[in-house]
Amino acid sequence: MTDREMKLKSVYLRKSLLKYIYKAKAGHTGGSLSCTDILNVLYNRVLNVDPKNFKNPDRDRYIQSKGHCVEALFVTLANRGFFPESDLETLCQYQSHYIGHPTKKVNGVEQNTGALGHGLPICVGEAIAAKLDNKTHRVFTLLGDGELPEGSNWEAFLSAYHYKLDNLYAILDYNKQQITGSNEEVMNTGSVRDKLETFGWSVKEVDGHDLKELEAALNNGPFETGKPNFIVAHTVKGKGVSYMEGNIKWHHGVPSQEEYELAQSELTEAEAEI
Amino acid sequence: MQLDKIHEKDLKMGIANQVVFSKTLEELAANDKAILAVTSDSRGSGKLVPFAERYPKQIVEVGIAEQNLVGVAAGLASAGKKAFAVSPACFLSARALEQIKNDVAYSDNPVKLIAISAGVSYGALGTTHHSLHDYAALRSINNMTIVAPADNFETEHAVRKAVEFKKPIYLRLGKKPMPFLNEADQSFEFGKGRVVREGEDLAIIANGETVYPAWLAAKALEEEHGIKTTVVSMHTIKPLDTNLLEDIAVNGRPILTVEEHMVNGGLGEACASFLFQNRYKNPFKIVGIPDEYTVTGSQVEIFNHYGISGSGLKESALELINSKK
Repeated sequence: MTDREMKLKSVYLRKSLLKYIYKAKAGHTGGSLSCTDILNVLYNRVLNVDPKNFKNPDRDRYIQSKGHCVEALFVTLANRGFFPESDLETLCQYQSHYIGHPTKKVNGVEQNTGALGHGLPICVGEAIAAKLDNKTHRVFTLLGDGELPEGSNWEAFLSAYHYKLDNLYAILDYNKQQITGSNEEVMNTGSVRDKLETFGWSVKEVDGHDLKELEAALNNGPFETGKPNFIVAHTVKGKGVSYMEGNIKWHHGVPSQEEYELAQSELTEAEAEI
Repeated sequence: MQLDKIHEKDLKMGIANQVVFSKTLEELAANDKAILAVTSDSRGSGKLVPFAERYPKQIVEVGIAEQNLVGVAAGLASAGKKAFAVSPACFLSARALEQIKNDVAYSDNPVKLIAISAGVSYGALGTTHHSLHDYAALRSINNMTIVAPADNFETEHAVRKAVEFKKPIYLRLGKKPMPFLNEADQSFEFGKGRVVREGEDLAIIANGETVYPAWLAAKALEEEHGIKTTVVSMHTIKPLDTNLLEDIAVNGRPILTVEEHMVNGGLGEACASFLFQNRYKNPFKIVGIPDEYTVTGSQVEIFNHYGISGSGLKESALELINSKK
């Protein structure tokens, strides 16, 4: 896939996730848009996963800790061939497998997540198991910045350092906003980089919407032998839709018909410019 | 129990069930490198120091961090490891409850949750260290098997079966030496209660470390009053052996339940729920820890205080039988 096709795919994924959120009248719009590029790069340039043989024990693991942004995950998985995208027509509907958080009932989903602070500890277990078995696959998680205050994350940060898990990659979708307001207002985490480095992780900061930067960081690890990898991906909540960008209303806001059409036309314009 | 010595002629004394766990795991781990003990600075209380010395690559220490303990164990289990997450029941079943609910049960990762020093094993250390809520909490989580073995035989077999068990399981163990309760019956299956004594006049349904006092009460009832009592080790509280419950209830005999757990939501209420909904009208009483903070004392003192003893259960049984008349 060319770099241009990758950029077009990001726009497509944004249009697609908006379509299903609009149809379901539910979803985490802003956060899904902020992590779309990360997921695009993961599934199309980084992860060794096969939709036809997902359970291959040597596959790379991706466990989405910020499970509420499942819409970005579902459209990315569908686009990668894990299931027909039309399945998402049933998102959040009675008896659908496509619920508002990742579920293993959907091909391609590793773990049932959604409660925050759960993804990283599971990844630590997966990464320890890989080391014990001398396997070379890697383990990835995507953290939301709003979930950083969960204590279980810090328990896991300690253990990943202790076990020298350089096969583990934690990506922070750092859009700096959460449901009530900015991270700084709600719970000021200060410098995430400093904290993680103090915890013994090797940290890189990237533009979380620059596909090349993301790919370079995620495919050139470990950053330091014997240290777990932390990627601070600077992102914009609501990325790609002008009126949503940086507006906390869209944390789980659902667009009206007029807003939806405006968003789609903006994304179509962006597509034309690529 | 004060009566331990008196009955040594009847019952062979064993060791603590949680020691049986660690010895059995150590034996099995020799030929199964997928077995991992995951500990939260709990290898000492879990009697796993010899295991750790013998298999340094099969112990994963996470420090005092129970949420991470269970999350990491879920990841290990997901990767195909036979992960035994070992921690005191009080912390494991409360501090890490959301990890048990989501990462183990809901995600269906077959972690073996080993809840040590359960119930009031820690005695005078007090409520922070008691687990009197764990049956109630875990019974209401789907995809969870809950087992409280009574004696060393049941514990050993529970551990052996847990190794190959493909579903999440919570194994609740105490730290007091337990006698062997029915050496004639060598069968053990999850979900199948074990009859350790038979009699048609009354039934006492117990589990874990309360089966022994139930046995003592049954013996005294027979010797002193000619009352013949069935005693069941209902080691698996979920799924409950409802076939056995029906077999017991069908002749109308009074049924007494006893557990090292608050009466709310435990073994007794599980039995009552089944029996009542199936139109059984047997006289019925639940003995356990009432809805209060326990008195200060050792496990035996707390047991005696709340009637979880040979003499206490005998009195409860007599009251129940008399209430029928």
